[in-house]
Amino acid sequence: MIKDITIGQYFPGTSPVHRIDARAKILLTIAFIVMLFIADDIRGLCVGLAFTFITFIISRIPLKMMWKSLKTILVILIITSLLNLFFVHTGEPVFEWKFIKITDNGIQTAVFMVVRIACLIIGTSLLTYTTSPIDLTDAIERLLSPLKKIKVPVHELAMMMTIALRFIPTLIEETDKIMSAQKARGADMETGSIIKRAKALIPVLIPLFVSSFRHAEELALAMECRCYHGGEGRTRMKQLHLKLIDLWGTIYLAVFMAAVIVINHIW
Amino acid sequence: MSYIHIKGLEFSYINEAEEPPVKNTVLKGIDLDIEKGEFVAVLGHNGSGKSTLAKCINAINLPEKGEVMVDGLDTIREENLLPIRKRVGMVFQNPDNQIVATIVEEDVAFALENLGVEPGEIRRRVDEALKTVGMYEYRMHAPHKLSGGQKQRVAIAGIIAMQPDCIVLDEPTAMLDPHGRNEVMKTIKMLNKEQGVTIVLITHYMEEAAQAERVVVIDGGEKIMDNVPQKVFSQVDVMRNLGLDVPQVTEIADFLKKQGYDISDEIITEDECVQALYGLLKGKQE
Repeated sequence: MIKDITIGQYFPGTSPVHRIDARAKILLTIAFIVMLFIADDIRGLCVGLAFTFITFIISRIPLKMMWKSLKTILVILIITSLLNLFFVHTGEPVFEWKFIKITDNGIQTAVFMVVRIACLIIGTSLLTYTTSPIDLTDAIERLLSPLKKIKVPVHELAMMMTIALRFIPTLIEETDKIMSAQKARGADMETGSIIKRAKALIPVLIPLFVSSFRHAEELALAMECRCYHGGEGRTRMKQLHLKLIDLWGTIYLAVFMAAVIVINHIW
Repeated sequence: MSYIHIKGLEFSYINEAEEPPVKNTVLKGIDLDIEKGEFVAVLGHNGSGKSTLAKCINAINLPEKGEVMVDGLDTIREENLLPIRKRVGMVFQNPDNQIVATIVEEDVAFALENLGVEPGEIRRRVDEALKTVGMYEYRMHAPHKLSGGQKQRVAIAGIIAMQPDCIVLDEPTAMLDPHGRNEVMKTIKMLNKEQGVTIVLITHYMEEAAQAERVVVIDGGEKIMDNVPQKVFSQVDVMRNLGLDVPQVTEIADFLKKQGYDISDEIITEDECVQALYGLLKGKQE
């Protein structure tokens, strides 16, 4: 059923990674990215790799998701490694044939870059795996709220995201209905060339487009009736509090960060 | 002055897509007074202007001529906008298009968050509102997984959390199945009886209108009738000419009366009908 598709890639759960406050999780993810970039050789990066693996195991997300998130950037990984392999010419040559020259430095850089990008992708996708889209939107709104001072419409953006998330299931249901209705009238959407199938989608997309405008208009009216007047003077029912687990999360990351710095400077 | 005071209200939509713009007058001078705690049903066929009238009450539509006052506040003044919307809540036809949040309780909290109510108080009022409409155990559910009647009750909870004096419902049951319709009507009646909330119910179901204390019939932007339901529905022929039905039981009584039977024409509920028929049959036997 088309209805069953998941929104985002959230895996509900109760692991410590899930329980960390969404704001803290975003900040820790940023710190994690910084950690990957200050590691300046492969040993430092091994710490980053260890962090990624351990966190993944703690979060109890199926390990095959790791591969799934990597699959999308596989091409980028291959190109990066090949470029580094062939175009880094410093260090001892390992292999030389006509104009191709591979050096030990080249191999090292290639491995280094691939591991770094892989960690980056796996680590950051863990954020969306363990945080529900609503919490994420909420956290983004709160983290960005200082930007309101320089007239960035933070509240409006967050509101748009929430409404979009809210309407995904409604629109999917509607698509389903329209498709059935068109099929009942003899529309053929499953056979033929890609172009033919794409064209068959037009009678589905147009009614969907029109009805989403109608949804938008009515929703705007209903929101106005419930005294919506922008983000000014708004309060929130759910107050986010930083808990002990957020502190533990921070300490956990700080230990790995320290390890990277120590490796960088001492070795 | 009455709680809602409408005098000489005129309103028109202007279609600017046409050249020259076409003016379509929907309300042509309506006078209506609604007292606090009343349960008023507004009847009229499609395009009679009943929804437009509803939107005039909470300042979504502003009068072109005449005036609309809510609790002594004039809807035309901009500073009255929020106070009026806080007093008069509105529930629409399609439950899907009035739910804003992805979790039931967050949606109920929406209006209170907009009004800047303090978080602890929001929590308390949201729980109370959800318990009132009987949706408390669903508070953590996603709205799209609820039935139509449940969604509409969540929408009502979102309004009563504001603690309004009056709720205007614009065909709240039109998209629901009979079961959902029942749920919603029960909730509305309970709010009116137990909490003293003024109800303005816009509908084209005669059985629903029959449950109100007062029925206002609108046709072509004008008020045609305004009376207790018994008196309104007893004019079966007038209603038919307006393109409106009467409750089935009233129709039976009317039919029998025309056949020469001695039966009251002010029958609007099944119980009354059963009683009258029983009386009629008993009289015949004797």
